[in-house]
Amino acid sequence: MQREPIRVVLAEDGVLLREGLAGLFDRFGFQVAAAVGDADALKRAVAEHRPGLVVTDIRMPPGFTDEGLRAAVELREADPDLPVVVLSQYVQHRYAADLLGSGGGRGIGYLLKDRVVDVEEFIDALERVAAGGTAVDPQVVSQLLRRRRDPLSALTARERDVLALIAEGRSNAAVARLLHVSEAAVGKHVGAILAKLDLPQTEDTNRRVLAVLAYLRG
Amino acid sequence: MDEPRTALEALGRRRLPVSAWPWRAALHLLTVAPLAAAAFAVLGVPWVVLAARLAGGGAGIGEAAVLMLVGIALIAVLGPLVSAPLARAARRGLRRVDHRRIDPRPRPPGPWLRTRYTDPGARLETAYACLIAFASPVLVLAVPLTVVLAGTFVASPVLVLAQRPGDLPVALAFGQVSTVGQTLPYVSAGLVLLAALPYLATLLAGVHGAAARALLTGAPDEDLRAELVEVSRSRTRLADAFEAERLRIERDLHDGAQQRLVGLTLKLGLARLDLPPGSPAAATVGEAHDQAKHLMAELRELIHGIRPQILTDLGLAAALGELADASPVPVTVDARLDGRLPGQVEHTAYFVAAEALTNVARHSGAASARVTARVRDGLLTVDVADDGRGGADPGLGTGLTGLADRVAVTGGRMLLSSPAGGPTVLRVELPCNENRSA
Repeated sequence: MQREPIRVVLAEDGVLLREGLAGLFDRFGFQVAAAVGDADALKRAVAEHRPGLVVTDIRMPPGFTDEGLRAAVELREADPDLPVVVLSQYVQHRYAADLLGSGGGRGIGYLLKDRVVDVEEFIDALERVAAGGTAVDPQVVSQLLRRRRDPLSALTARERDVLALIAEGRSNAAVARLLHVSEAAVGKHVGAILAKLDLPQTEDTNRRVLAVLAYLRG
Repeated sequence: MDEPRTALEALGRRRLPVSAWPWRAALHLLTVAPLAAAAFAVLGVPWVVLAARLAGGGAGIGEAAVLMLVGIALIAVLGPLVSAPLARAARRGLRRVDHRRIDPRPRPPGPWLRTRYTDPGARLETAYACLIAFASPVLVLAVPLTVVLAGTFVASPVLVLAQRPGDLPVALAFGQVSTVGQTLPYVSAGLVLLAALPYLATLLAGVHGAAARALLTGAPDEDLRAELVEVSRSRTRLADAFEAERLRIERDLHDGAQQRLVGLTLKLGLARLDLPPGSPAAATVGEAHDQAKHLMAELRELIHGIRPQILTDLGLAAALGELADASPVPVTVDARLDGRLPGQVEHTAYFVAAEALTNVARHSGAASARVTARVRDGLLTVDVADDGRGGADPGLGTGLTGLADRVAVTGGRMLLSSPAGGPTVLRVELPCNENRSA
């Protein structure tokens, strides 16, 4: 790999999964600066290592509720440019909203824990976030799409597919690759979607994601 | 007003004299009379002798003491034996003046003879035997004497008129009468006595009945109530135990099996990448990876069914929010709950709301729904309301009947209002003592 290895601080209380993730990061050229098991250790490790990416479980000791999330929000308040990916056991829209609200949605990821086993997808999401992008779990997006069925009925099926992928934080190029169409075609779809939903036209993937998510949340 | 259940209750009713109660009471006293007489014959004789000797002034201390000892010994030795058939007969007779359930006290195990002297119930029966023995004059004689007295008073004019010259004046209770005019006060007193007779009989029978119930029966109402309270307590304990067990299983599965499975699936995912694409090994590992992913999804569903993790971690308000987010019908949640509620309550409320929202999505045709949760005065109320077509019937296998049982276990209730044309509101009320320490 040509690029500088991304330095990661990993927080996950399950030893097996922590080791598995550390191995995964090594395999894909990330450098694991620290792998810890609770939120306090996470905050200390971030202060010490100044990593390029934080990956943390939401549910951690001692309370096993949302320690990881609160630590993530704190870290983002201290440093809005710190890329953070949180792993959640279940979809909690409030969590996603809390996170996306911090630092203008730049360099943030909210993924379900089960997603880590789709190795390449997961790594793709991490790299996107490390580069300042957004990664929203497909399940979060699909729930949002389902709830806004009526206003979305103006979209064609293909446009809805494209909308879902943009909402997850994908670039036009990635959408084109995933849907096996040309990037120009994706651009055309995106333009149509934004027009139909009365959203501002923008080339900035990040702002586009936030606008779409804000729209979907209603 | 309700029909009186006992003679004592009947005593307060205006229609007593024309009701069947005085007759029942009289019949009751008539059946008690031989019992009282028998009890008296066995247990009372030494005491009567004692009383007579003392009244006559001829009894020395020694003689009195001997009579008393004999009396006590009779009660202690024979009392428990004669009281058994007496009590049986008295319980049968009790039905006439007490229409409540009559249950004999349960007999303790062991040989009959021994239990008669050891069982507290047998002691109470002996006490009953003593009571009727000593109350026998009143029980047996009061009503007949009153009848005779009243009859004589009322008939006194006739008696006076029937006299031939030279006969002695007619002797009545308080004096002698020889003219019809003198009999008038007696006639009116006799009429009053006659009018009081039903009350007297009912009172005596009622007091005897109350004493017999207290001494001879197992007070079934209270026993039953105590038993019911205990049953419902143990049902709650059982439900709590199930809840604790569910929590434990959920934690075990989550911290154990689920973590391992994710680790394994991750390894398979990595191995898949390290194998040359298109090789037989890659295909096999790829298949294994897919199967492991399916298994992860299944295990997640299973754990969710046992106890949703969000409920365990964050409580009812958050879990209701998640339910709403996952619902295909737009749902607003208004849950104002401070702190955590008891696990069983959270769990029950959650599953009722989940089932209700499933029904909303499947059957109601609603465009939107609303979930409200509040705790007031130790009662959690959860409403699930939709703007659909209504007409929901809990009997039509909507899964709500099963939930009603779970609600009942917590001492709560479930209410459904669903007129044709809507709207449908399902409400569940669950008593809870708010537990802030979670």
